[in-house]
Amino acid sequence: MTMKQVTSGIVSMTLFCCISILSSLSIANADAIADGKKVAFDRKKGNCLGCHMMADGVLPGNIGPPLIAMKARFPDKAKLREQIWDPTIANPNTIMPPFGKHRILTEKEVDLITEFVYSL
Amino acid sequence: MNKLITTLGIALLVASPFNGMASPQQDLSEFRDYYEKRFPGTPFDDFINGVYSIDAASREQWEEIEDFPPYELGLSKGEELFNKPFANGKTYGSCFENDGIGIRQNYPYFDTDRGEVITLELAINECREANGEKKLKWKKGPIAFISAYMAYTSRGNIIDIKIPDDARAVAAYERGKKHFYQKRGQLNMACADCHKFYAGSMVRADLLSPALGHLSHFPVYRSKWGGMGTTHRRYGGCNKQVRAKDYPAQSEEYRALEYFHTYMSNGLAVNGPGARK
Repeated sequence: MTMKQVTSGIVSMTLFCCISILSSLSIANADAIADGKKVAFDRKKGNCLGCHMMADGVLPGNIGPPLIAMKARFPDKAKLREQIWDPTIANPNTIMPPFGKHRILTEKEVDLITEFVYSL
Repeated sequence: MNKLITTLGIALLVASPFNGMASPQQDLSEFRDYYEKRFPGTPFDDFINGVYSIDAASREQWEEIEDFPPYELGLSKGEELFNKPFANGKTYGSCFENDGIGIRQNYPYFDTDRGEVITLELAINECREANGEKKLKWKKGPIAFISAYMAYTSRGNIIDIKIPDDARAVAAYERGKKHFYQKRGQLNMACADCHKFYAGSMVRADLLSPALGHLSHFPVYRSKWGGMGTTHRRYGGCNKQVRAKDYPAQSEEYRALEYFHTYMSNGLAVNGPGARK
């Protein structure tokens, strides 16, 4: 085995690894989005449709703004997570419940909803 | 004499318990203005119809329901109970002004002798006890029927809640006001969030009713309950819906809330009992 062969072997191995990591990441992300949607639509959990029009949810409320173009509205995903975790930080009078701060959802569930909402 | 009156007037102003905060009268006019601006298509007198005063589609269905009202059975039971003598031969009428007919608009009132808010349901049960009868349960059943009948005999009378010049009455009013505006429960929501600031908005498929006029039509027959219930039954349900601990019916807290809440509907006509989803 020449040095060249070894190098190309390493390169292709690395590429393969990278691609498979990337694709498994995007699968993981798709899973998170799907799970996040479940938490968001669950009446006992996020119940986001109570107030927000979003995705394919039926009979949404109209107290909050429709959840569309979220990446444009929240370029920083961490800000979006904070808005879900405790919206009173941005507006003390908001009617939106502090889902993380009041333990309506677990930290994991807040993460999942953030992924889902960020994808809208 | 004029000078004396002026001096007295100033002294009263200085001693007024409302220094530094809005008086109930100011609150009331702010409250009305708010709803009149939010719902310009609804005449003031129509707010007694709750959610149906702001939504033509559901109003039509409701008016059909009102042709054969679901509270009718409770109402006739209430009339029967109201007129049936206690073991001592007296009736409920003996405990109330005008024999208990057409008086709903004056409840709740602040009793300056006792230093507390007296709701109609409290007065009904106190009447029973004073006549050697057992108290009724507070939230539903016979007490709601009797209260419904008493409201029915008051239909058209104008709600006229008074805050006497008594620091304790003002304190009760302020306590009720605080309950109305304070965020509570795991969901961190105030009564005012839904029924003032977002009145007319949709929570899923439900329209949020304006708080103005709420108290004109209680007790109510509520389809969700499959029966009649008192104001305090509804308060408890509202508190629980925002995942807060509810207070007992006729607790000081809910009596104070009812005092504030009803005062905010002064000037509107009684049209209870009502029928709601």
